[in-house]
Amino acid sequence: MGKLSAVWRETNHRYRLIAHECGNCKKMYFPPRDVCPICHRESIGKMKEKELSGLGTVESFTIVHDAPPAFARQRPYVLALIRLDEGPVLTAQIVDSVASEIDIGKRVRSVFRKVREDGKGGIIQYGYKFVLE
Amino acid sequence: MSGIVSYGSYIPKYRIKPDEIARVWGEDADSIRTGINILSKSVPSPDEDVATISVEAARNAIKRGKVKVQDVGAIYVGSESHPYAVKPTATIVASAIGADFSLFSADYEFACKAGTAGMQNVLAMVDSGMVKLGMAIGADTSQGAPGDALEYSASAGGTAFVLGKENVIAKINRTLSVTSDTPDFWRREGQPYPTHGERFTGEPAYFRHTISASKMIMEKSGMKPEDYTYAVFHQPNGKFPTRAAKTLGFTEAQYKDGLLTPVIGNTYSGSMMTGLSAILDKAKAGDRIMAVSFGSGAGSDAFDITVTENIEKIDRESAPTIKKMLSNVKWIDYAIYAKFKKKIIVGDAIE
Repeated sequence: MGKLSAVWRETNHRYRLIAHECGNCKKMYFPPRDVCPICHRESIGKMKEKELSGLGTVESFTIVHDAPPAFARQRPYVLALIRLDEGPVLTAQIVDSVASEIDIGKRVRSVFRKVREDGKGGIIQYGYKFVLE
Repeated sequence: MSGIVSYGSYIPKYRIKPDEIARVWGEDADSIRTGINILSKSVPSPDEDVATISVEAARNAIKRGKVKVQDVGAIYVGSESHPYAVKPTATIVASAIGADFSLFSADYEFACKAGTAGMQNVLAMVDSGMVKLGMAIGADTSQGAPGDALEYSASAGGTAFVLGKENVIAKINRTLSVTSDTPDFWRREGQPYPTHGERFTGEPAYFRHTISASKMIMEKSGMKPEDYTYAVFHQPNGKFPTRAAKTLGFTEAQYKDGLLTPVIGNTYSGSMMTGLSAILDKAKAGDRIMAVSFGSGAGSDAFDITVTENIEKIDRESAPTIKKMLSNVKWIDYAIYAKFKKKIIVGDAIE
């Protein structure tokens, strides 16, 4: 059940791109952090939830040909480092495009997609992916 | 005055043409195109299902109407392809849009009219004061067995309507339903594809229910076909709604804007609702709309709608319009389609 509780615990940030903003230095963290690594104890109790816009820019990307089982039907797929407009950089899949359409600097927006299924009878995990804007 | 406060739709980007399906199954694509008026249909990506389509449609509705999510007190999702047999799609939507913990929610199933059944439910809750705003979603990733006639039309898409009493862009003057136990289309528990009753899908099912509900709502509302600016019906193919419209006395000018099946296929629970969404994309204040869904098994929900001046106050371009979603497509062949739709079964070691 450990995996199940982890899925549930991460729902907010995976479904809605909920970040944490340090109330002290205003730096935004995604995934959310309970303590700001810059302000340390000064940030305790001051981390605030912020919903990110889901808009960002491709900083770098790679094309995955040797896909894990859950992604076999999407092979080859693009995995990118995306800098969100609010500052944080995250790793995410860019979907609905072929690799030749992706480039560094291209604008992307988040979409809600199925990330993986825990077998045929298990839980379905949903979360953020990105499409070209 | 209760009615639609905002609306949003989502249609997957991938499309397949009947030529590709006919090529594989040795059928005549021309007869499909002319016979049931299907020119292409939408196909969900492998990572899309009713939950993801519902969430995208819901987010578009919230964005377009600048809806305060905390005011949405009810979410109902109608579909015949919910991702789970047990576990609601509505809870996934609620979580993904950040709805309040205090929330009415459930999934509905009534073949292709489950979404409009949700609209009626939410409308009643708004009218009774149970909720300030409520959301009804109709979405499907419909199934058609390989080689079956349904494979040409069964597609994917969905629409969300936010209903309320304030800032109504389209007033729902009246709604009514007809219901009968007509065995024209069904899918038993655990079965991957639906079965249809051939001759039952026409006269005793689609036409009887759709035309009866249309006539009843016009009679009760004191309206005639010529009084409506638009009419939209459930669209199992491109032929049935056109015939129903003509039988009732509607002209092409009235039904063409809501008729999407020829280009996106039958989105089942999303079908009539997405047609209505396309009409709202261009409607003007004072326009009158008749909207009639149909669900196999069987029944129709009819709506008499008047567009209000508030429609000019929302930025309809702030969320993707149907026109925009129809222009941004990627064509796939049958092999990719079969892979995406899991018609190619791979071993557990791979998936």
